[in-house]
Amino acid sequence: MSDAPKYFRQNHLLGIEPLHPLEITEILDLADRYADLNRQAQKHADALAGLTQVNMFFENSTRTQASFELAGKRLGADVMNMAMQASSIKKGETLIDTAMTLNAMHPDLLVVRHPHSGAVDLLSQKVNCAVLNAGDGKHEHPTQALLDALTIRRAKGRLHRLNIAICGDIAHSRVARSNLILLGKMENRIRLIGPPTLVPGHFAEFGAEIYDDMREGLQDVDVVMMLRLQKERMDGGFIPSEREYYHRYGLDADKLALAKPDAIVMHPGPMNRGVEIDGTIADDINRSVIQEQVEMGVAVRMAAMDLLACNLRARRQAEAA
Amino acid sequence: MTLLFTNARLIDPDAGTDTTGHLLVENGRITAVLAADDPLPKAAQHVDCAGKCLAPGIVDIGVKICEPGERHKESYKTAGLAAAAGGVTTVVTRPDTLPAIDTPETLEFVTRRAQADAPVNVLPMAALTKGREGREMVEIGFLMDAGAVAFSDCDRVIQNTKVFSRALTYAKSCGALVMAHPQEPILSVGAAATSGKFSTLRGLPAVSPMAERMGLDRDIALLEMTGAAYHADQITTARALPALKRAKDNGLNITAGTSIHHLTLNELDVADYRTFFKVKPPLRSEEDRLAVVEAVRSGVIDVISSMHTPQDEESKRLPFEEAASGAVGLETLLPAALRLYHADLLDLPTLFRAMSLNPAKRLGLDSGRLSVGAPADLVLFDPDTPFVLDRFKLRSKSQNTPFDTQKMQGRVQATFVAGRCVFER
Repeated sequence: MSDAPKYFRQNHLLGIEPLHPLEITEILDLADRYADLNRQAQKHADALAGLTQVNMFFENSTRTQASFELAGKRLGADVMNMAMQASSIKKGETLIDTAMTLNAMHPDLLVVRHPHSGAVDLLSQKVNCAVLNAGDGKHEHPTQALLDALTIRRAKGRLHRLNIAICGDIAHSRVARSNLILLGKMENRIRLIGPPTLVPGHFAEFGAEIYDDMREGLQDVDVVMMLRLQKERMDGGFIPSEREYYHRYGLDADKLALAKPDAIVMHPGPMNRGVEIDGTIADDINRSVIQEQVEMGVAVRMAAMDLLACNLRARRQAEAA
Repeated sequence: MTLLFTNARLIDPDAGTDTTGHLLVENGRITAVLAADDPLPKAAQHVDCAGKCLAPGIVDIGVKICEPGERHKESYKTAGLAAAAGGVTTVVTRPDTLPAIDTPETLEFVTRRAQADAPVNVLPMAALTKGREGREMVEIGFLMDAGAVAFSDCDRVIQNTKVFSRALTYAKSCGALVMAHPQEPILSVGAAATSGKFSTLRGLPAVSPMAERMGLDRDIALLEMTGAAYHADQITTARALPALKRAKDNGLNITAGTSIHHLTLNELDVADYRTFFKVKPPLRSEEDRLAVVEAVRSGVIDVISSMHTPQDEESKRLPFEEAASGAVGLETLLPAALRLYHADLLDLPTLFRAMSLNPAKRLGLDSGRLSVGAPADLVLFDPDTPFVLDRFKLRSKSQNTPFDTQKMQGRVQATFVAGRCVFER
């Protein structure tokens, strides 16, 4: 895509919160086209040709980083991965110094994941390139919400007036926050399902309905979105045990039968089979769209980087003029 | 040496009055308060106040001056200049320095530094336990002899209730005032915000406002046991107020303060992770803010302080969770407090009751009032002058103010300590 974006006005993609519904739709429309491209034998486009993309991951990630890397390479960018855990942060360098150092190498796209909420926002203020948030603390993970939205739109034919259940560890999940904001902006009904220790009441103020009984919450939903339960939260602190959690909040055939017959099952991965989701449901190609989510991930990231690069070029041209 | 202030709008918090008149000062003390139509006495020096406000200088409990240890953040000299420019005539310093002020020797060091460098009165507090570690009490008697006006472990809560109850019992026998930070320590571990919609949206680790009430409830129970004199440094939530009021009604020797930041800002001011708004305890909801303002008006909360906490740029230029807490406030305390006056929430005598009279009373000082015999610690200010705050013009070494670039109304024109002018704009 080389024409200027029609609606997308952002310099960075820091979260879903600042996006207008039309901007979201524009990203998804473009991602649809890239999803088609990705299914061709010849997968190359040149939207990012000549640009440098740096992936800075201050927190472990395999899938998201690989997805961003592939998205950049398919669009012709020079992609560099920096494993920040092993680098100068350990030597006491501050986030800002790292950002400034990197900025001096003139990257065009900076993909950042950081364990602290707001860290990517802070970094974006100190560099002059487009920054993409690949997950900051418990705050946002915008590309995950966008790829989930695209997956839903392709499976359901629309992205509004759906009943969507998000289940599991909502409190610690940036995926849940971004999804809640995005799906809310697109006018869906959202239910949050989980034990009250993992689904605090404040979420009701975002317009979501909260259920601590999963069977009640899954009644007639169109989409069941499962979240990963982090290992460190499994014992004692938030839930009594893994097996009790699976019994009450794990998605199995019995519980899924309460949803609409054509309801789809989603999971951002990596899955804990037998903890939050039954293995056979995850593999059921009629219900599970988990593989499509991964596929759409690359397409959505291509679209987001393409649109940001368009705005970046326009900004630089305006500065030069 | 006589000094006559004429045509002043006299703010007398003791009488609760706001009237036009004149004030005569001799040898550093107030010797006459005259009505507007009284004949003017002879004086060597005249200050024509031109209808501006003359109030007792502010007594600010809980100011952090970073000597010893972190002089690059704030020194007695810069803090003294900031205090004078802010109308603060008595600074009551915190002992949370590096190392903590927990021995008579370190206390003497800071007293000496203050005398040499600061143009305003400086009264030091000392730690309540050694190293502020909550294990062994300090030499309360020796420290009082050396000039400690109160004892506090500042924002560290003494978790061991046995240690705290013994320290309170011992402090009572010495007639010492203990200042504490009411907060349930485990519940508030790692918190950077107050739990609610905003912290949920921002994904910040948060503490329930209930943690403050739980901390206060424990301390009140200990006061019933020990009968000690106790001051809560900051009460910032609506839920803690009924407990505080009950404790006062029951006759316990308890007073409470709040910070100017909690009176004039709320959690939404943090916006996109602005670390200059990270304070301890974290900023609260608007409902809490208004409840605390009302408590200052009704007198349930006694004291407003700046909770001046200098932090350098490096400790604030970090992701919100990692950034240091605290904001400077000596110079902005009065202009920020005047926001409450301009919003018709508090009148000027009430503000100065909380900023000057009550803290002076609590510490047993004779300042903080406009009465004959009181020291002539005075602030002359125009409550209406508008200005935009530029943090780089602050006199503190650290400029971490949340009011940067904000519109303020009202500023200090001159400050007098014992009748001597220490600041003039």
